[in-house]
Amino acid sequence: MPALFGDPPVVTSVDSPTELGQSPHSRAATLEFREATKIYPGTAGVAVDGLSLEVPAGEICVLVGPSGCGKTTAMRMVNRMIDITRGDILLDGDSVKERQPAELRREIGYAIQQIGLFPHMTVADNIGTVPRLLGWDKARIRSRVHELLELVSLDPDETLDRYPAELSGGQRQRVGVARALAVDPPLMLMDEPFGAIDPINRERLQNEFLRLQREMRKTIVFVTHDIDEAIKMGDHIAVLQEGGRLAQYASPAELLMEPASPYVERFVGSDRALKRLALQRVRDIDLWKAATVRVGEPVAAVRAKLADSDLTIPLLVDDDGRPLGWLSESALTGDTVEEKLRSPADPVIDLDDVLRDALADLLTRETRFAPVLDEDGRMAGILSLDVISNFLLVAPNESRSGADLVNQES
Amino acid sequence: MLLVIAQLQTHQRTGATCVAENGFCPSWIEDNWDRYVDPFTQHVVLTLAPVAAGFAISFTLAVLAHRRSWLITPVTSITGALYTIPSIAFLFLLQPLTGRGFLTAFVALTCYTLLIIFRNVTTGLASVPAEAKDAALGMGLTERQLLWRVELPLAMPEILAGLRIATTTTVGLAAFAFLAGAGGLGEPLNEQRFFKSNIVVAGGLCVLLAAAFDVIVLTAQRIVTPWKRATA
Amino acid sequence: MTPQLAFLGQFGDAIQFIFQERESVSGGVQIGGLGEIADLTATHLLVSLVAMAAACALCIPVGLWLGHIGRGEFLAISVSNVGRAVPALVLLFFFLAYLGIGFTNVASVLFLLAVPPILTNTYVGVRQVDPEIVDAARGMGLRGVQIVRRIRLPLALPTIFAGIRISAVSVVATATIAPYANVQTLGTPIVEPQTYGFSGGLGAAIVIAVLTLAVDAGVGLIQRAVTPKGIMLAREGPRRRTGLALPTRRREPAL
Repeated sequence: MPALFGDPPVVTSVDSPTELGQSPHSRAATLEFREATKIYPGTAGVAVDGLSLEVPAGEICVLVGPSGCGKTTAMRMVNRMIDITRGDILLDGDSVKERQPAELRREIGYAIQQIGLFPHMTVADNIGTVPRLLGWDKARIRSRVHELLELVSLDPDETLDRYPAELSGGQRQRVGVARALAVDPPLMLMDEPFGAIDPINRERLQNEFLRLQREMRKTIVFVTHDIDEAIKMGDHIAVLQEGGRLAQYASPAELLMEPASPYVERFVGSDRALKRLALQRVRDIDLWKAATVRVGEPVAAVRAKLADSDLTIPLLVDDDGRPLGWLSESALTGDTVEEKLRSPADPVIDLDDVLRDALADLLTRETRFAPVLDEDGRMAGILSLDVISNFLLVAPNESRSGADLVNQES
Repeated sequence: MLLVIAQLQTHQRTGATCVAENGFCPSWIEDNWDRYVDPFTQHVVLTLAPVAAGFAISFTLAVLAHRRSWLITPVTSITGALYTIPSIAFLFLLQPLTGRGFLTAFVALTCYTLLIIFRNVTTGLASVPAEAKDAALGMGLTERQLLWRVELPLAMPEILAGLRIATTTTVGLAAFAFLAGAGGLGEPLNEQRFFKSNIVVAGGLCVLLAAAFDVIVLTAQRIVTPWKRATA
Repeated sequence: MTPQLAFLGQFGDAIQFIFQERESVSGGVQIGGLGEIADLTATHLLVSLVAMAAACALCIPVGLWLGHIGRGEFLAISVSNVGRAVPALVLLFFFLAYLGIGFTNVASVLFLLAVPPILTNTYVGVRQVDPEIVDAARGMGLRGVQIVRRIRLPLALPTIFAGIRISAVSVVATATIAPYANVQTLGTPIVEPQTYGFSGGLGAAIVIAVLTLAVDAGVGLIQRAVTPKGIMLAREGPRRRTGLALPTRRREPAL
């Protein structure tokens, strides 16, 4: 068994949380469900039915499904909060059934929906629970607590000595995550961790968590009933149906593009095409090329550009290359381009916009195409409805997951 | 109390006349203070010993019953019966077994505290939030660590409340200990039943003792449960 | 005699005292026997009943009203705390010294003893009634008194009776020392060992113990009988595992 806690992650200062991810000792485990089954005696019946899937190291696997589908049961089988009836679960290749439960659980981060902070302990003591169990010395625990609080965007000095009753819901949630990360476990189990938060803060917490994951690259099993959250958070999604059966295990894009059964299709929702658009940014697709012209340019040159472009209408730009509007025919009657516009260059799409938002913009302004600008405001291409519908025909393995999207924001 | 104060104001006399008139005589009290020292000490012991023993027994039973809930009903029934039987009666019922003196009073008073403490420890443990227990187990605490580091600390308010009740009621019951020959403040009370000064001193000491213990346990409760005072 | 026989012997003697008349220790007077026991028991129960009735008559309406309007929490809780701190014996002797002997005095002491559990429990029982239920009642047009009578009272009854039970046991137990005030109850053989001897005291102790347990069980039965069936069903669930008087979340205050 690899010495997961032989040495702590090397922390040179409390201001450099990113050293965590780069520590030679912090690693992510692989997890495998092998025909894992849970049967309750009596009428309750089969909760998890022969679940088999592999979670590669460093990835988020989301278990999603309606209530009663066994997703939470499956998760709790990993750390033996629920015993496995048949089959096995392998952590880094070793069966969890052969481990002492308490010892096993200290290697696995555990974050539940109601959070479960200990009311009688301060934030610092809560987070330091498992380190104390493992015998870390006080100084090490203290610096680790500092580090973790900063990692979850809480001010250490403000929050250290507070009691859970003094914190808001969102703060408690963050402390819960910090507590689960305390000993830098190679595997994390999260059961609807953002479920008890209001939608606005939930989105924020999700984004922050994805950013964290980018640094930590932990193996995470994430349970949710919300398909949108699953698509956003997961590298791989396991859709479960009632009776604890696995309906499909795939990447988010594949799930949306090729649902394996009518059940999955229904569960994902009839708007799954739109959902795919949420996974993609404008910068990642092939944009149309437009003829960009400036006032005073010779018309002959414009005609040549037009022949080369994908649109029949030229776009007027200023000296810096910023779009002013679509040129009307009357602007090309003379020798040089005049400033006569048929319509303004509305809406203007950002290269980093998510396709879904860009589509929404196009539809709102009732235009079929719009100029796309980069960070400096210069023309990058044209986005049109046709471009978007072409994208929807693209194969799933060429499109990205939500996690990648968020991580590029930072 | 108004009566006492009235007497105080109208009977400020010293010496034999005050005693003879059976008023409230501060000078007599001054002179005869040491008569109450022994009974007072006995009374303190008669309170602390049974409460300590009762706590030790009930706490152990409650911890055992925590994981074996089938124990709760029988223990509650037995301690409940012991609680209901009046201590005075108990003081007599025990004498054939334990004779007269401290032991009888000690056993009788201990039995009285059992139900109170058992009930409060059990309720306290039952009121620990389920998600805190789930999180604790999920993080890798053993059952024993869960009990000592999470459940018992959170049950403290309830446990100490029970201790408070047990202590103050035992002070009151220890006043009957003299019936079994065990001394206590009931003895001087009984010896001069109609002498007002005696009643005021012995009775007053009794009440003060109860109040003092109440405050001590209350303070302990405040110290041991700092998180109760915190609110968002 | 071996210790065991002697042990039985004392109990045997005491039981004999209960059923058979005999000559008193000091001589000259006939003591013991069912007749005397019955007399003493009657007085014992009478003084207890008077005290309990008066306490209920005062505390239940006051507690109901205070609980309904939501005031006087400090009073209700403090009454309990103070009541616990003043021992029954001290109270009785205090009354004895300052007010003299007699049935009324004893009844007054017992009355004071009975008040705290009943008052506090009534108050708490009424407060614990779900405010949404009261709100619904108000919305349906019930006035204050009607709400108290038809909603708060029935729902608070289990808690109130728990308080009555505690008081009853306390009062019956304390009526034992009434003989100090010349009211002859079952405590008489206990406080007059010179006449009754140890076996007399022990016999009386046995009767007192049985009597108190009976009163406790009796009030418990009444408590069951007056608890609205709906509440019983709602409570039976979690209660099943915890047994007799063990409180659950919605609990009677431990007094």
